[in-house]
Amino acid sequence: MSNNNKSTGHDHVSREQENGNSRRAFFRNLGLIGATTAAGGAAIYSGYQYEQSKPNHDFVKVLTSDNRLVEVPRDQIKNIKVDHNQLTKLGREGLKGHRFVMVIDLSKCRNARKCISACQSAHHLRPHEYHINTLIMQESQNTAPYYMPKPCQHCDNPPCVAVCPVDATFKRQDGIVLIDNERCIGCRFCIAACPYSARLFHWEEPVMAESDKGKEYNIELNVPQRKGTITKCLFSSDRLREGKLPYCVSACPNGVYYFGDENQDAVTNGTSKETFRLSELLKVNGGYQLMPELGTKPRVYYLPPKNRLFEFKDERGQEKETT
Amino acid sequence: MASEVNTDFLHNKKLDSIAADILRPVGITQGFVVWMGFLGVSLLGCIYAYYIQFDKGLIVTGLRDYISWGMYIANFVFFVATSLVGMLISSILGLIGFKWVKPIARIAEIIAVAFAAIAGLVIVSDMGRPERLPYVFMYGRIQSPIIWDVTVVTTYMVISALLYFLPLIPDLAISKGRIGHTPKWLQSTYEILSVNWQHTPQQYKILLKAMRILLILIIPTAFAIHTVTSWLFAVTLRPGWDSTIFGPYFLTGAFVAGSAAVVIVMYFVRTNYKLEKYLTHHHFDMMGKLLVLVSIIYLYFNINEYLLPAFKMKTAEAVHIHDLFVGEYAFMFWCVQLLGLIIPIILLLFKVFRKPFSMLVISIFVLVAAWFKRYLIVVPTQDHPFLPKQFVPDAWMVYHPTVIETAITVGTLLLVIIIITILVKLFPVIPIWEMAEEQTGNDESPQD
Repeated sequence: MSNNNKSTGHDHVSREQENGNSRRAFFRNLGLIGATTAAGGAAIYSGYQYEQSKPNHDFVKVLTSDNRLVEVPRDQIKNIKVDHNQLTKLGREGLKGHRFVMVIDLSKCRNARKCISACQSAHHLRPHEYHINTLIMQESQNTAPYYMPKPCQHCDNPPCVAVCPVDATFKRQDGIVLIDNERCIGCRFCIAACPYSARLFHWEEPVMAESDKGKEYNIELNVPQRKGTITKCLFSSDRLREGKLPYCVSACPNGVYYFGDENQDAVTNGTSKETFRLSELLKVNGGYQLMPELGTKPRVYYLPPKNRLFEFKDERGQEKETT
Repeated sequence: MASEVNTDFLHNKKLDSIAADILRPVGITQGFVVWMGFLGVSLLGCIYAYYIQFDKGLIVTGLRDYISWGMYIANFVFFVATSLVGMLISSILGLIGFKWVKPIARIAEIIAVAFAAIAGLVIVSDMGRPERLPYVFMYGRIQSPIIWDVTVVTTYMVISALLYFLPLIPDLAISKGRIGHTPKWLQSTYEILSVNWQHTPQQYKILLKAMRILLILIIPTAFAIHTVTSWLFAVTLRPGWDSTIFGPYFLTGAFVAGSAAVVIVMYFVRTNYKLEKYLTHHHFDMMGKLLVLVSIIYLYFNINEYLLPAFKMKTAEAVHIHDLFVGEYAFMFWCVQLLGLIIPIILLLFKVFRKPFSMLVISIFVLVAAWFKRYLIVVPTQDHPFLPKQFVPDAWMVYHPTVIETAITVGTLLLVIIIITILVKLFPVIPIWEMAEEQTGNDESPQD
């Protein structure tokens, strides 16, 4: 490109010389050479710039808000601030068309407590702050003790939601009961109202308060957690939005948890990833709910602790010492 | 209450002697300064305790997830309960036409105003996020009993304040020129607060009409405030709270606590301000009869509340009852029932115990027991949730109020005492014009 320019300039010069107008031609030549040199230089520079920018000009995959996967040039990406209110609004509405349910098979729970640790690390909780806790249950003196994982029951008639004075805890259309810790005033009426002791309060600064500082609040994950507000099991609604199983369900090594959608009558085991008919599972195994006589209409079902193929160990004493 | 005031009393010489008696203790005395100084300094310590709680969070209290309502909520219920006596004495007894409540009515209203005003603060001290208090008004949901409570407590406080202030206006006007012994600023305060009262029959007519409307309005409000407060517990499913008689149970308990508080303030006013002529043995005798009446009604509700679950012994309720009767809370429970209810009832049935000093002693027992009774209603129920308490630190299993928590609670009590002290000491504590009117009327037609 630059060579071409120079040769044209040379042709020009020889023609002017033939006209015998050498002095004027000389200056003109000088100007022309200068101009072409400048143009050439600019061209080189722009070429260099082009070469510089080239590696940035690749494509990245982006998930759009309507769940399509698209490719866009990397240099076209502009960082925008997340619309916080819009996110909270989505989180308050829930996932349309779903009615989430959990089934807990008590005959499989060996108190591995993997569900608890997965939940606590996802939600930034201390070891004794439980969204889900495994309890040692014994109905009466002569009946066998068993382990019972106890998440929030996500009641369809939630006593906690009824008493909340500021709409900080609410029921979504997909059946999940959530908490908005930017709204919660910390009156703890919901703790008093919940018969399942499913709620906990941040009595002190949450364990990851320092590192979570300035993070955008995700109402479906309840992170960052906040001092002086309530938190509880969220059925991992952030994972559900991504089409994944909840943290506790995926973490269980013993196949205790089934999670799914009542509308589809289907639940998936978190360990084996097998999918079952909800109605069939409950029918065959004699599924039941926790304290249905209270009229709370829980969305968590239990399968009775029968035919357990392992020895029951009361691990309360050990746990007490470690905490 | 008569519908018209005979303004003759303004020209009766009795007014002078009554006003002189009642206004003599009014003003800033050395005792007042020392007492207020003591209260103020103590309050500073309590405010510092609250600062620590505000900074560190409610972790500085003994409260944890299982027992998440403790001393603060018990204290709140106690405050609301005690404030109800304003309604009982001024409204119910006053409207029925009992003349003996006249010199006591203002004391009852002072107690109502002081306790109702600070009850709101007590709730704020229990909040995890006190700075979000405006959310209650911005995002309030009408189906939450807390919203009902906020609404009625505020209403009750406003009506009680009016019921205190309106009949005070003529007294402030009467005091003009009679309180030369008090500081200038207090005299100008009287001047401003008396809103240029001229003692015209027309003004008295309007005053009486307004009072009558308020006295009627405050009855449903007072019933609402304590019924709704009881519903903070009764709307839950927990054994010990899940009771249908909680509304009347709380209401009658409130009258016991409030009557005792009135007797204590009456005794103090009578002896310190040398007002034996106005707060006579007869008044203490009548208050004693009132106290024994409301106590018997409260005992009746207690029997209902504890005996029936104890008879049935349903699983969850059995644990609760066991804990109260013979378990962890048994000592406190029986002290409260015996010293704060049963023994006072027995003693007060005899005239000899309805004398001022014995009434004072009995009332102190009743009032202190009333506070612990609220504690017994709030705390033990949470001690036994439906599902077992497991895998938590030992400190989470039990509730022991901390020093900071106690200091904050004491702070709210100090605030109540400060308000009562100011209103009792700096303003006429017995309605001058009503006493003068009554005595003038008696001169003409002696009846009782």
